[in-house]
Amino acid sequence: MEKFTKLTETAVPLPVENIDTDQIIPARFLKATDKKGFGDNVFRDWRFNKDGSKNADFVLNNDAYSGPILVAGDNFGCGSSREHAAWALAGYGFKVVVSSFFADIFKGNALNNGILPVMVTSDYLKSLLKTIKENPKTKVTIDLEEQVIDSEVGQQSFDIDPYKKVCMINGYDDIDYLLSKKETIETFEKERKIAV
Amino acid sequence: MAGKTLFDKVWDDHIVDTVANGPQILYIDKHLIHEVTSPQAFAELEERGIPVARPDQIVATADHNTPTVDQHLPIQDTLSRNQLKKLTENCEKHGITLYGLGHEYNGIVHVIAPELGVTQPGMTMVCGDSHTSTHGAFGTIAFGIGTSQVAQVFASQCLLLTKPKKLRVSVNGELKKGVLPKDVILYIISQIGTNAGTGYFCEYAGNVFEDMSMEGRMTVCNMSIEMGARGGMIAPDETTFSYIEGRKFAPKAAEWDQKVAYWKTLPTDADAKFDKEYHFDAADIAPMVTYGTNPGMGIKVSGRIPDKEDENLEKSLEYMGFQKGESLIGKTINYVFIGSCTNSRIEDFRIAANYVKGKQKAAHVNAWLVPGSQQVAKQLVEEGLDHVFIEAGFALRQPGCSACLAMNDDKIPRGEYCVSTSNRNFEGRQGQGARTILASPLMAAATAVEGKIIDITKSLN
Ligand code: SF4
Repeated sequence: MEKFTKLTETAVPLPVENIDTDQIIPARFLKATDKKGFGDNVFRDWRFNKDGSKNADFVLNNDAYSGPILVAGDNFGCGSSREHAAWALAGYGFKVVVSSFFADIFKGNALNNGILPVMVTSDYLKSLLKTIKENPKTKVTIDLEEQVIDSEVGQQSFDIDPYKKVCMINGYDDIDYLLSKKETIETFEKERKIAV
Repeated sequence: MAGKTLFDKVWDDHIVDTVANGPQILYIDKHLIHEVTSPQAFAELEERGIPVARPDQIVATADHNTPTVDQHLPIQDTLSRNQLKKLTENCEKHGITLYGLGHEYNGIVHVIAPELGVTQPGMTMVCGDSHTSTHGAFGTIAFGIGTSQVAQVFASQCLLLTKPKKLRVSVNGELKKGVLPKDVILYIISQIGTNAGTGYFCEYAGNVFEDMSMEGRMTVCNMSIEMGARGGMIAPDETTFSYIEGRKFAPKAAEWDQKVAYWKTLPTDADAKFDKEYHFDAADIAPMVTYGTNPGMGIKVSGRIPDKEDENLEKSLEYMGFQKGESLIGKTINYVFIGSCTNSRIEDFRIAANYVKGKQKAAHVNAWLVPGSQQVAKQLVEEGLDHVFIEAGFALRQPGCSACLAMNDDKIPRGEYCVSTSNRNFEGRQGQGARTILASPLMAAATAVEGKIIDITKSLN
């Protein structure tokens, strides 16, 4: 996983509420046996028309908007617990999702796959979406160490689980974290009262 | 200091470390794997170039997607064939013990681990399957995990977890004739609902569970997940010890004595506190059937489907083709399935055979018996139960998950009812449009013979 401390980048506005994991990655793409390639199919049914042509109205197909920050409507990532949704967003290149609420399981999956969910107030979200929409060059700063989001709309702090914060800053996911504890685990094995 | 529960004791003995303001690192003693949920986890390790940390603490079997006929022939279904091939390759590459198709120890993952003595009290066990809770019958912390957690355990033999809360369900008194462990758990879930256990680990206590065989305890713990609990446990006692003693991987000689001494320290202390408690009277429990599309929608076989305004109920009944206020007695049934990790152990077949003996199944019924393992299949033959069933017209198949999740060809046709000893009656679980009625092996056997649902308590008296 890549380290995350601070970034200042442009953002992609997606002002839709209750985006569920089925929209992020439709179920028919779940058959693969590894994590790669899901980025190509993120928001598949919104990005492409039924005949396979690009849907020019969808924001990811609009060249004016780009950047690793996705700003989305309330209750992002609801629905099925599939981790593939996080893989798809990360695979596409998103590093941050800003919303006014995240579904619990999605939040965990996102953090474990190098995507930072930044929760802001509804008012902040509304103004931010409007500002980006009007000016696609708008820069947004996400400072993880300070837990602050900054843009011309203003500054706001956000919450993050302290363990997950350490993981993101160091570029660890759960597996990396557990591997970094190898010695502690080995000591535990040696010192157990009842070994298996 | 307040006493500790069985769950506390086992959990606390497995904490490797606690992350400041974060989760705990829990050590996993045994990791069970099968063909469906392991390939992505192996791929994850490969991508990172890391080895499997403790291959000797992993046991693999093929069960979810395997055929239950002609297991000696090459597998017809491509997906199944590829999954088994992948599992075999991965196990060979990483030095993991595999009891593959046709092996004398092959079978459903939650049936083989206890019967081989892999499952022991005081352990932590995980598997990429939600019914891993079965092993809790031994006083083991056992629960299902997702694929990325399978990869975590492969990599480190540990998991990052937050400790769940504690729930106790006590049932005391005397069970009526014809009431089996399956009825006890279906009754509990029908009373407390499918969400009562969410966020909790459950302990079952009271004389009803103390008096149960290990097979019965496994049936109960198996369905803990159906009330939302991560897992269920029963305190280890003499019944537990004598079940384990002498099995293939059971501790031997001095190690046996040492382990038993430890296991005896595990039961919940008298002054321990639970976050939530339920109490039931055994006399209130009767043979159960489900009428809806989740395991909480159960009634006494002599009862009636609830008659109340409820959108969920209406949707379920529409799927099932039942009416509010209706009794299920007398309903014609064309399919009966005795199998799955809930009820496919030797005791389940003994109970069914005892009822079936000297009778014939109804002509219109397809009755499938799927033993949980090769060992169970062998024992069926040794006890002559195979003859009882075959003479009665039942189809005895080869071990596997089979119609429990209908991933292989064992599917119930659209619109048909199946009285099933499995654990889930969700829409489409046993095949698209299939209608599942969960029940005990005794109820299932009686349905096969009568060709319809009967009030078993009447024919027992
Ligand atoms: S029998 Fe059913 S519940 Fe049990 S392991 Fe197999 S699929 Fe899961």
